[in-house]
Amino acid sequence: MAKRLVIGSVINVSTAPLRLVTPEDHSVVIQTSSQVPRIESETQLRSILATLSGVDSVGAEARVAKLATRSIKKSTKMAALDLAISMVDLTTLEGADTPGKVTSLCTKAMRPSPMDLSVPSVAAVCVYPDLVAHARSVLKGSSVAVAAVATSFPSGRASLNVKLMDVREAVANGADEIDMVIDRGAFLSGRIGQVYEEIVAVKQVCGNAHLKVILETGELVTYDNVRKASWIAMLAGADFIKTSTGKVPVAATQPVALVMLEAVRDFAETTGQIVGVKVAGGIRTAKDAIRYLVIVNETVGSTWMTPDLFRFGASSLLNDLLMQRLKQQRGAYIRPDEFSGD
Amino acid sequence: MSDRLEIRKTYKLLINGAFPRSESGRSYEVISAKDEFLANAAQGSRKDLRDAVVAARAAQAKWWSLSAYNRGQVIYRLAEMAESRSDELVEFVKLSEGVNSEKAKASVAKAIDRIVWYAGWTDKISQVLGGANPVAGPFYNFSVPKPTGVIGVIAPQNSSLEGFVECVIAPIAAGNSVIALASEKRPIPAVLLGEMTETSDFPAGVLNIITGFTSELALGLASHEDIDGLDLEGADEAFADELAFLAAGSIKRVLRPSKKNQKNSIHRLRAFVETSTVWHTIGQ
Repeated sequence: MAKRLVIGSVINVSTAPLRLVTPEDHSVVIQTSSQVPRIESETQLRSILATLSGVDSVGAEARVAKLATRSIKKSTKMAALDLAISMVDLTTLEGADTPGKVTSLCTKAMRPSPMDLSVPSVAAVCVYPDLVAHARSVLKGSSVAVAAVATSFPSGRASLNVKLMDVREAVANGADEIDMVIDRGAFLSGRIGQVYEEIVAVKQVCGNAHLKVILETGELVTYDNVRKASWIAMLAGADFIKTSTGKVPVAATQPVALVMLEAVRDFAETTGQIVGVKVAGGIRTAKDAIRYLVIVNETVGSTWMTPDLFRFGASSLLNDLLMQRLKQQRGAYIRPDEFSGD
Repeated sequence: MSDRLEIRKTYKLLINGAFPRSESGRSYEVISAKDEFLANAAQGSRKDLRDAVVAARAAQAKWWSLSAYNRGQVIYRLAEMAESRSDELVEFVKLSEGVNSEKAKASVAKAIDRIVWYAGWTDKISQVLGGANPVAGPFYNFSVPKPTGVIGVIAPQNSSLEGFVECVIAPIAAGNSVIALASEKRPIPAVLLGEMTETSDFPAGVLNIITGFTSELALGLASHEDIDGLDLEGADEAFADELAFLAAGSIKRVLRPSKKNQKNSIHRLRAFVETSTVWHTIGQ
């Protein structure tokens, strides 16, 4: 008989009184005896994806709209803000990035607010592969990880060899996490086997580095595609699935996050594997961040309420989180220019 | 008897060029000077203030980037709009302040004239308040007045339009953006003027008007750290003390009500400008 493990009630994530949970139990029930199926052929992959039901898009949008009305106040809000800060992947992905900018980003990542030492450091900094070594040296001795976008980010339009070289180099330079992009062209033209194999190949060269797979949901058009792409990435061994590069007009949206979280939940229930989710692009306010946290908690439960399993890819979000945190403490609205620019 | 459906007007806030109801969903009854129901007005909240500050901050840079001449044109346009809707303004000034038609008319005319007066000042402030300073050294030295930034105005409680115009248009003419708390008991003329700014090419957010309870809202205005100046005209002395104390927490420039007769004085233009002095070497 399969041993049933109720994760949400076992692992207590936050020491603060985080009351995002409703009285209902949202915990994921995991079959520990089950495992991720070995994929031998594209036909087999297709048959697994065929078992996924279609996404009720109206339902998904209504669900997040409902969750967005939830009121998070006082100590719960403080706890949520701190948790959100600790989940930030502080990101700079510009052609104009310099070592100087990365230095200041890393400094801010380690100590987001020099005025208040109780502010947690962020989860990671996210940079292009050529700046990994520099970020690594600045972050030495801290808990902040270095994430690198690789595989010809953001388009992913390069041969597999080039992509793998990109990843190898980032890992060799000291990246703890690799953010890869899937081949959306292959996915949209139905070559899902190729998408799968690429992720498997990248995962292999990642070594100990965690692999985040960017689905670029803004280019996948439908929620059904988001669900399918999530499954392909998870079957191929992703540690995280990530919404967007932030480089196309449509980035992370709450319904997309809901669909991905449901995929993660279903994957955990059927295979026993726990995969993280990263939302990225367009999240600028603390209010948005807290709404995402509510969706996480209501969809997959408190197990995922940790930087190990949920991340925000953002740059300006951190300042708004700090500003709202200070507002809670001082009781007055704060000047945005009290915080360093990005 | 007319069988038309009665069209009742809702008096709403003005935030960022839009007319929202209060985010709190609250409203309150405005009573005329004769103790009769006049209208329902939005009862603004701290969050409405917060939204107005965000809008005003963004708008201020835009407003100041216009040429002084252009700012004058926009403010003059407001006078044009007020003139063409002056009957409505007169009606509500009369009802709000309990004065007769003659007095109300005179008051509205004066208010519109003051808008024109301040419109004329936009491109003259720098000559009057600034200038070239003689210095002992090979330098040109200029003093240039610049707007303080985002100004919170507690408008006079009694003078529903004239007083409002005086306190609000002056800082705007000097290049600031404004968040005004309209008179608590007599807010309607101010709300009407706010509607007119939206047909006068005012960039959204330069003037924001919040109606509601002064005792509640003024505290939020004084303590908000992203407001640079505070005009306390509509607060009594004890309350003004409290607000000035709060404002000191974020080093705001504060204008206290003055008992001196300052008719035609430019003290309100001067109140919310900062003087920036520039040294420039003299060279070939």
